[in-house]
Amino acid sequence: MRQIGIIILKEFFHILRDRRTLLILFGLPVVQILVFGFAITNEIKDARIAILDPSRDQISREVQQRLLSSGYFVLEETAADMDAVLRAFREDRIKMAVIFPSAMQKRFYHDEKVQIQFIADAAEPNTATTLVNYATAIVNDYQMDKLRMDDLPLEIHTEVKMLYNPRMQSVYMFVPGLIVVILTLICAMMTSIALTREKELGTMEVLLVSPVRPFLVILGKVVPYFVLGMIITVMVLLLGRFVFGMPVRGSLALLMAECVLFVLNALALGIFISTRTDSQMVAMMFSLIGLMMPVLLLSGFIFPIESMPWPLQWLSHILPGKWFLIIIKDIMLKGVGFSYVWKETLILIVMLLVILAAGVRNFKIRLA
Amino acid sequence: MKSIRIDSVSKRYGQVRALDQVSIEVEKGELFGLIGPDGAGKTTLMRILVTLLLPDSGTAEVEGWDVRKDYRKIRRLVGYMPGRFSLYQDLSVEENLRFFATLFGTTVEANYDTIKDIYGQIEPFRKRKAGKLSGGMKQKLALSCALVHRPTVLFLDEPTTGVDPVSRKEFWDILSRLQEQGITILVSTPYMDEASRCGRVALIQKGKILGVDTPGGIVKEFQYPLLAVQSRDTYRLLQDLRRQSWAHSVYPFGEYIHLALSGPIGENTVVHLLESLNHQDIEVHSIVPGIEDSFMERMRAMEENGGIYPKS
Repeated sequence: MRQIGIIILKEFFHILRDRRTLLILFGLPVVQILVFGFAITNEIKDARIAILDPSRDQISREVQQRLLSSGYFVLEETAADMDAVLRAFREDRIKMAVIFPSAMQKRFYHDEKVQIQFIADAAEPNTATTLVNYATAIVNDYQMDKLRMDDLPLEIHTEVKMLYNPRMQSVYMFVPGLIVVILTLICAMMTSIALTREKELGTMEVLLVSPVRPFLVILGKVVPYFVLGMIITVMVLLLGRFVFGMPVRGSLALLMAECVLFVLNALALGIFISTRTDSQMVAMMFSLIGLMMPVLLLSGFIFPIESMPWPLQWLSHILPGKWFLIIIKDIMLKGVGFSYVWKETLILIVMLLVILAAGVRNFKIRLA
Repeated sequence: MKSIRIDSVSKRYGQVRALDQVSIEVEKGELFGLIGPDGAGKTTLMRILVTLLLPDSGTAEVEGWDVRKDYRKIRRLVGYMPGRFSLYQDLSVEENLRFFATLFGTTVEANYDTIKDIYGQIEPFRKRKAGKLSGGMKQKLALSCALVHRPTVLFLDEPTTGVDPVSRKEFWDILSRLQEQGITILVSTPYMDEASRCGRVALIQKGKILGVDTPGGIVKEFQYPLLAVQSRDTYRLLQDLRRQSWAHSVYPFGEYIHLALSGPIGENTVVHLLESLNHQDIEVHSIVPGIEDSFMERMRAMEENGGIYPKS
């Protein structure tokens, strides 16, 4: 027992004395969550637009008012003609233009088909799509109101309710996603680097030629990263809660238990990587490209899994991160209990056992 | 019972033969040197003995325990100092020592007597980070760490490589004192001049043992008269000397060329020959052969004999 204790203590010394490690451990989660929270957001506010309105009648003015009072758009320019609109796009002053037809009111009441044209700057495709969707929704809304006022007999009214995230806040998406990314990074990458560092420095030789069982050496080295992983999870949850108002609707105990399970998965991956290479550099590259990239791209954190081609969907199934993301989103947002996430939990447990078995099989009690 | 018994051990890495039928026996309490140039197989042999590598064939025992089956027993008995500096640079002198003591299930205090002689010298710097120590002090700390659990057999892989001459001498003095405590020490080194500090040495080259003997015995075996020769153009000198029928062997050693003579040739004959060949700044004098000369001679004999060292 004393032997494991001193190995754990030593690893904490390594971590606490290396500024770069400390920075990665504690700076990275904070920076990531703040960057994702404040800078990278798919909500759009105050997008500048130009309006070209040859009608200048009541209807066109009401539509304009609706658009501008929504909070999503600000009027940058009332354009005189199409040239002025295109110039504004070229000068990058506007993200979207709204082109009204002439004599709009007259056509509207004479049952003619009236078209409003939206032109968006698709150099940023996501922003363009969002803006056009917002604007379309606002115009549709206006049309509904107008028709109802005129008391038409036939009416189909759609009502959309966004469950669990009614205001469609992106923070609900990225806090769980970041927990997955950060835990993968810290537990898997830092562990694999810490283990390969001993090999690179030659200290592993001395550790192996000691009465301590190699398995216990690994255990002692991994425990600090487990502790740090859990501390950082709590840190991210607190930041999400108090800076961005991210709720935890389900049981906190269940959430933490699932985090422990995922951290164990990540640690096992780190150990596995370290059994395959003797170089810190390779371990880091492997962790970044083999673990981080798939977790970022394929876990459903940034891109929805449903819209991926089938090989990638299939690939996403073997990522522990994907299943963990489903679990924590369910617990945090839907507030469900264990009975709803037991399948994903079981998958994570099986994955953990497989990775551990692979790590143990590859583990060497000697150098080669 | 021997302390270390190596019996026809072979080890290859792919096509490279790192060790080829190596057999050595080391008595208890002996200070035994494993001497050979870089890449001779010294580190591989050390690693097999401390159970870090498995031999492809042959058997090896440390204190009667087999390196394959009884590796856990051996790991309790031995102290090991790998060639690369194997301490934690970001831990202090004291923390390093305490770590290794605890790792081996003991304490610094319990075995202070064993390491006092060495650790005493670096103890004033015990709060200093290991990475900030000088080369000589690092070696002393590494040795203290390898000794802190009072091992029966001590394996030191090139402990003096990259250490200044004064510290090297000190280090060998320490080893002699450790030997007096009854610890068996196997030490490898590429420096031939260090062979004289060992009780017995094994010369190793390209994975083969060229001979095992006392340093004196190895030198004595070299029976040719030996001259140290120097001139301004060393390369041409080497070529010219090798062409002579009375030149048994010609090897460059630093700024001199060691010329072993197979016939009754005097220094003056050599000087006259070189003068006739227009060599300048000629210097020739007779010298006493050293271990290096004997090593080169054994290597030459082995190569002439198709890779097998002729038994005398």
